[in-house]
Amino acid sequence: MIKFNQVHKRYPAGNHALKNVSFEIAKGEMAFLIGHSGAGKSTLLKLVAAIERPNLGTVLVNNQNVGVLKDRALPYLRRNLGIIFQDHKLLFDRSVFDNVMLPLQICGFDYRESHKRVRAALDKVGLLKREKSNPIALSGGEQQRLCIARAIVNRPTILLADEPTGNLDAAYAQEIMAIFKSFHQVGATLLISTHDSSVLQDTRVRTLELVHGELQTASPSVTSGQAASAGSVQTTDGTTSHSTGSGQT
Amino acid sequence: MRHALAQNIGVMRRMFASPLAAFLNILVIGIALSLPTGMYVMLQNAQGLVAQLSGTPQISLFLSMNAKTGDIDTLRNQLAQHPAIASVEFVARDHALEQLKQSTSLADVIGGLSQNPLPDAFIVYPKSGDAQALDVLRNELAKLPKVEHAQLDSAWAYKLEALLKFGRMAVVILASLLSLALIAITFNTIRLQILTKRDEIEVSKLIGATNGFIRRPFLYFGAMQGLLGGIMAWLIISLSLALLNHQLKALSELYASQFVLRPMSLGDSLSLLLFSLYLGWLGAWLSVARYLSQAEPR
Repeated sequence: MIKFNQVHKRYPAGNHALKNVSFEIAKGEMAFLIGHSGAGKSTLLKLVAAIERPNLGTVLVNNQNVGVLKDRALPYLRRNLGIIFQDHKLLFDRSVFDNVMLPLQICGFDYRESHKRVRAALDKVGLLKREKSNPIALSGGEQQRLCIARAIVNRPTILLADEPTGNLDAAYAQEIMAIFKSFHQVGATLLISTHDSSVLQDTRVRTLELVHGELQTASPSVTSGQAASAGSVQTTDGTTSHSTGSGQT
Repeated sequence: MRHALAQNIGVMRRMFASPLAAFLNILVIGIALSLPTGMYVMLQNAQGLVAQLSGTPQISLFLSMNAKTGDIDTLRNQLAQHPAIASVEFVARDHALEQLKQSTSLADVIGGLSQNPLPDAFIVYPKSGDAQALDVLRNELAKLPKVEHAQLDSAWAYKLEALLKFGRMAVVILASLLSLALIAITFNTIRLQILTKRDEIEVSKLIGATNGFIRRPFLYFGAMQGLLGGIMAWLIISLSLALLNHQLKALSELYASQFVLRPMSLGDSLSLLLFSLYLGWLGAWLSVARYLSQAEPR
């Protein structure tokens, strides 16, 4: 589903954000991308969505080399992705409902059907009662959930989340993680970046750790079926190495 | 389809969110368009007048005061046999004076004259309407015996025609300049709109909006503003013509004629609206294209 092959990304300013990163995430897999801030997590996610392009190496999404995709083809790649942005990127000039409606408008989705979908997505994140509010009136956790609703309303096959629990307290963070797990259960592929070790405690999923742009523990790809047996060992591994990582920062 | 409708309604709402600014923009566009269009309407009217007056070119031959009846008959025969002349009409001096008394308010002045100051005259209708041929004929007729003066009556019409050509060129130049101004106005309005919608554009692009989707509402806005500007121009011209015609009525009554400025034709009105709509659209397109080319993530 997502495959990085010896990917390098260097910004014009000179910092080498990603160095020789290779990994693969299978269809239906859920993986966490961990590392200190500035380790290149956001850059990696941006490469998947072709918001940034790699300097070297290939990034394959659905067997499509997104690094060389034409500008004109980008919108159609991004319609298959649900992206949860670190800074939410909500629009405060319209209601909660209209924020979630935007991706469907962009795809030219059937008008009546899209109303149902928006309500379903809002229901899923528990914001159905706030559909008429302005997002500015929502709490941080609610804004994050709204962002998730907007990312899933299109029913994308791949969900990318950049620090979804960034500045939320533990209870909210657990809530968000529960939502992600429910998507995983229905077969979505998820790649979630976080520097927050607490959310990983009782997860049995794969972790990818970035340290100064280099991938540290790239556990072998596991399909969701195998995850129960093989994942448990790797998770303890991932969590341990991550704890030391966050201790340094 | 319904999404597009919703987008349209959004455009309207955005437009009337600041009605004064929108109105001022439309007014500026309307005035800018009404200047060349108004000039064009005036030219059309003048042209109609010229066509009416110079439809049949004629040469007036004024005879010398001492011309006798015999001289007049000889001249009449000469003219009637001339190959370039279609027909000839003789206006006796007494008859001309009588006509003058009837058709103008100068009757009192004329009545006070001790003798008839008008000469006998021939009105010659040439076969050809060509300006050069008429000129040659006029010179030839002027040399005939007892002819005091030969005047090509349509000469002034040709001069006016040349003047109209000059006017048309002025309209074209003015229209081009003000069209550019209209594009610039729209360009700037849309640029400001884009600045307030930067977040929306960024998010839309990140979640899969094509450039066409982003462009669409701005194109609607630009086209709508252009169209409303065109309607404004049409109203300005129609109102001006109505006011001018009101004054012209009094003026033409004094000259005992029936001249009114004709309003814009349906075709011209539609052209004006379509043209203003297109210019607004173009200005918006240029503005969005410029922004999108800069905002493309690399």
